[in-house]
Amino acid sequence: MQLSTKHLLGIRDLQPDDIQTILDTAAHFKEVLQRPIKKVPTLRDVTIANLFYENSTRTRISFELAEKRLSADMVNFTVSGSSAAKGETLLDTVNNILSMKVDMVVMRHSASGAPHFLAKHIPAAIVNAGDGINEHPTQALLDAFSIREKLGSLSGKKVAIIGDIMHSRVALSNIYLLKKMGAEVTVAGPPTLIPVHIREAFDVRVEYDIKAALQWCDVANILRIQLERQNQPLFSSLREYSLAYGVSKRLLDSLGKEIVIMHPGPINRGVELDSDVADSGQSIILQQVENGVAVRMAVLYLLATPSPVTIPARGD
Amino acid sequence: MKTILNEQQLAITIQRLSQQILENHLGLENTVLIGIQPRGIYFSDRIVRQLGSELTAGKISYGKLDITFYRDDVRRGLHELNRTDIPFSIENRNVILIDDVLWTGRTIRAALDALLDFGRPAKVELCVLIDRRLSRQLPIQADYTGKCIDSMITQKVKVFWNEKDGKDEVELL
Repeated sequence: MQLSTKHLLGIRDLQPDDIQTILDTAAHFKEVLQRPIKKVPTLRDVTIANLFYENSTRTRISFELAEKRLSADMVNFTVSGSSAAKGETLLDTVNNILSMKVDMVVMRHSASGAPHFLAKHIPAAIVNAGDGINEHPTQALLDAFSIREKLGSLSGKKVAIIGDIMHSRVALSNIYLLKKMGAEVTVAGPPTLIPVHIREAFDVRVEYDIKAALQWCDVANILRIQLERQNQPLFSSLREYSLAYGVSKRLLDSLGKEIVIMHPGPINRGVELDSDVADSGQSIILQQVENGVAVRMAVLYLLATPSPVTIPARGD
Repeated sequence: MKTILNEQQLAITIQRLSQQILENHLGLENTVLIGIQPRGIYFSDRIVRQLGSELTAGKISYGKLDITFYRDDVRRGLHELNRTDIPFSIENRNVILIDDVLWTGRTIRAALDALLDFGRPAKVELCVLIDRRLSRQLPIQADYTGKCIDSMITQKVKVFWNEKDGKDEVELL
């Protein structure tokens, strides 16, 4: 039951057993979310600070809802309108928040490794909600949960991750997780957006032809083109990207088999994914969002509960 | 070690409790039964099976409740989670909670909190196989009791079920 780690910094640090525990626990929380009162008193003595140094809608709301539904107290911090804008360092900000008796920190930061740095310097449990181009572990966990829910298991499943692999923390976390759980992974996209040594580093297949990748896979996880992280042009235009690498209804229909379509959001409709695909029955994009709350509840629950001293015998 | 109930006594007790339940809830029309995870469900399975054989018409509404998220010691350590499955509304219905051993009363306190998150029942009753009556830490009593025993807090009551443990028996350790 206990995770092998005190923080959730990345999927990289997790054991397969940890991933299994988180996904199994999330299934119980998903049941809680179907109840008339979608709230349990479990973490009512825990205070959680959400530190978002980078924009986020889905992830922040999802964490906030997860915290509220566990009855935790929460405080929100966004960089605009805070002292960080006045030049306070990350460590000072966090230490100031912690001195107000905060137990856990959920952080998103544009610098890769920021949560790892915090974990070394502060006593609170840290949950990485996305750091730069490194990892986004809760997204990978909710993707895995959604695949498992749809296809029954992860082991042996073929997952294609398509699009901007280079700048995507979602891609990296997903690759770590899927490989640890025995799935097969192909990354696909334009050569300029796929890191050169990814094949050797992660034991994944690389495909530059989008149709071949779709033909191979059971699940296609389509990523957003992250223009904000590209400081040089890596393809000539969005229109050209869409023509060569966008997933359209016609392309999917030509495969002769039904694959599951996922997207971590936000979708650039008409660029990496066409509207009629995103809204089709093959797409589990909204289920991913729904599962996100349950998965984040599981992560917070498992990290907030201290290691057992002795578990009292259950007799009553 | 001392045997509190042997196989035959256990069967008779389950039969008696089922009849007492039927006496108060004739036909079980507005009554639902909810077993408490993890050990209570073996007992509630038996009660429901017995009720099914005595009842001539109608379907029994039977659910299972896991109380882990509501425990007062939930933050002292991680507990194994079990399935909650209540596939019906409890709003305005009579609920009979079923657990194997009533000891400190803390599980039932948590179960009441958990139950109320599913709706507002008309009435809640408690059915237990063994009541360790001198060890209560909260003011909670059972409505249907298999057997009352006096035991010290250091002793353990262990309920064995054939489908799980290979025999039907209740022992005081």
